[in-house]
Amino acid sequence: MSRHSPVAFWTGFAVVLALLIVAPLVLPEFWRRFVTEILIWGLLAMSSDILIGYTGMVSFGHSAFFGLGMYGAAAALLTVKPPNLWLAIVYGLVAAAGVAVFVAYFSTRLRDIYFSITTLIFSQIFYVMIFTWTEVTGGENGLSFRRPALAIPGLFSIPFDSNSLHWFVLAVVAVSYLVLRRITRSPFGMVLQSIRENEPRTRAVGYAVERYKIVAVMLSGLFAGLAGVLYAVHNRFAAPDYVFFLISGEVVIFNVMGGIGTLVGPLLGAAFFLLLREGFSRFFTEFYLIPVGIIFTAMVIFMPQGLLGFLRRRLNE
Amino acid sequence: MLLDQIIIQTVNGIVTGMILALVASGLTLIFGIMDVVNFAHGELFMLGAYVGVITIVATGSFWIALLVATLVIALLGAVIQITTLRPLLGRDPLTTILATFGLSLVLQNYALWQFGPVARKIPEPFTGHFQLFYLDYPWYRLAIALLSAAIIGALWLFLKFGTYGIWIRATTQDRVMASAMGIPVPWVHTAVFAIGAGMAAASGVLFGPLVGVNHAMGLDWVLKAFIVVVVGGMGNLGGSIAASIFISLLEAYASLWVSPAQAVIVSFVALILTLLFRPTGLFVPTPK
Repeated sequence: MSRHSPVAFWTGFAVVLALLIVAPLVLPEFWRRFVTEILIWGLLAMSSDILIGYTGMVSFGHSAFFGLGMYGAAAALLTVKPPNLWLAIVYGLVAAAGVAVFVAYFSTRLRDIYFSITTLIFSQIFYVMIFTWTEVTGGENGLSFRRPALAIPGLFSIPFDSNSLHWFVLAVVAVSYLVLRRITRSPFGMVLQSIRENEPRTRAVGYAVERYKIVAVMLSGLFAGLAGVLYAVHNRFAAPDYVFFLISGEVVIFNVMGGIGTLVGPLLGAAFFLLLREGFSRFFTEFYLIPVGIIFTAMVIFMPQGLLGFLRRRLNE
Repeated sequence: MLLDQIIIQTVNGIVTGMILALVASGLTLIFGIMDVVNFAHGELFMLGAYVGVITIVATGSFWIALLVATLVIALLGAVIQITTLRPLLGRDPLTTILATFGLSLVLQNYALWQFGPVARKIPEPFTGHFQLFYLDYPWYRLAIALLSAAIIGALWLFLKFGTYGIWIRATTQDRVMASAMGIPVPWVHTAVFAIGAGMAAASGVLFGPLVGVNHAMGLDWVLKAFIVVVVGGMGNLGGSIAASIFISLLEAYASLWVSPAQAVIVSFVALILTLLFRPTGLFVPTPK
C-alpha cells in the first residue's frame, strides 16, 4: 500500500495537525472560517472516497447523507431545550444512517453507472421530500437555529467562538480521518478494494460482496452525515440546497481533483476546489463554475490520478 | 368529472411522454453506442431552447428556429465529443459521467451568464384550440407529440435502413470488427453524439412554448431522462420510448392528487421498484 514508514506518516500527520491548530490564531477572520469549511467539506469528500476510491462505486448521492445530517442536527437543536451539541450529533447520525440503510439496500444491487444513477435519484427523492414538506423542514427557506455550546454535562460548558469551533471541527475531522484510514487498512477495507479490482473473483473466493457493499455505503453515509452535522453547527442553518445533487457532484469533483483512493487526496481536492471557487468568484462572481468546470473536465481527461497522484509522479521522477 | 380529468391527464401524459422520449432516445442512443452517460444532455436541451429563442427573434419563424437549433446544437455536440469524449474512449464509462458533469456545469452557468436568470418565452407556432371536455386544449400540444413521434420514427428508419445507420448499429454490436470492416468508428461516435445532441435541442425548442426557457430547465429533464433510460433498459431505444410514456402518464395521474413537485416522487418509486424486481429494465425481453 504505502511505501512510507509509519514514522514518516505520523510526523507528517502531526505537522499538518499542528499547522491547522495554529491556523485560526494567525489567520484573519475570513480565512479562519474558510479553513474550517475546508475541513468540513474535506470530511464529506473523505467519506465518499470510501465508496469512490476504495470500493469503486461512484456515488452521486452523498448530498442526501450530508443534508440529512444537517436536518437531523437541526431537529435536535430546535426541539430539545437547551440545544445540546452531542444530541445534535446523535440525531444527525441517526438521520444519515436511516437514509443510508435505505439507499444502501437498493442501490448496492446495481453496479457502475447504474449505481451512480440510482444514488443520484435517491438524493433527489430526499430533496423533493424536504423541499415540499414545508411544515416540518421549512421548505425552500430551510431552518435556522442557535449554535449549541460545547458542553459536557456536570463538567463544563463554553459557548463556541470561531476558534474553539475550528478546533472542535478539526478534532472531529482528524479522528474521523484516522478511523477511516484504519478502516481502509483493515481486512474489511482490503475486501472493499478487492471488490473494486475484481468483483466476480471476490465473490468466487467466498466473500458476501453485497453485504460488504451495504456496510461500505452505510459507513460512508455515517461520516457524510457527521460532516453535515458539523456544517449545520458551523453555519447555524439547514437548507434544501445542501440536499440537491449538485452538492453530490461537487463531492465527486473534490475526489477527482484530489485523487481518489487516498483519503488525503479528496481533502486536498476540497481545499483546491474551494480555493479555485474563491479565486474565480472574484472575477466571475457567481459564474465561477464556468472556469472551475473547465478545469475539472480537463483534469478528468489529463490527470485521472488527481492532484495527489500527479504530484506523486512528479516527485518520483 | 373524475373521468374527464383522467382523460385530460392521459393526453397530457402522452404529450410530455413524447417529448421525454425524444430527450431519452438521444441519451440512450449515446449510451448504447458509446458507453457514454451524457450528464450534459439536459444542458444541450436547454441550449437548444435558447438557440431557438434567438433564432425566432431574428427570423420570426418557429420552424426555422427548430431547424437552426437542431443543427447548431448537433454541431456543438460534435465539438464536445471530439474535444472531451474522444480522449476518454476505452476508459471506464464512469469517467464519461465525470467529464460530462463538468461540461454540464460549464454550459449551465454559461447560459445563466449569457441570458440571465429571467425566463424567455418561445411563442407557439399556431394557437388554435379544440374542446376537450371543459378545457380549451391547444392543438400545438398534440402537434408536439406527433412531431416527436415523427423525429423518433425517422431516427428508427435511419438506423434500420440508412447506410450510415447500419454503420452505427455495426459499431454498437462490435466496435473492433466494425473498424476492421473499414467503418470509421471514431467518426461514427461523433455523429451519434451529434444526433443525440440535435434531438435534445429539437425537444428543447418544441417544449419551449409550454414552459419558459431558463438556464436550469435542463436539470429536471436530464433526471427524468435518466429514470426513463434505466426503467426502459439502458441502451434500448424502444424500451426508452415506452418508459417515457409510462413515467409521464404515472406523473400525470399522480398530479391529480398531489402537487406536480411531489408527483415526481411517483416516478422515483417506479424506478426503485424496477430496480428491485427487474433491474434490466421494464420494457426489454427477459434476458435468458
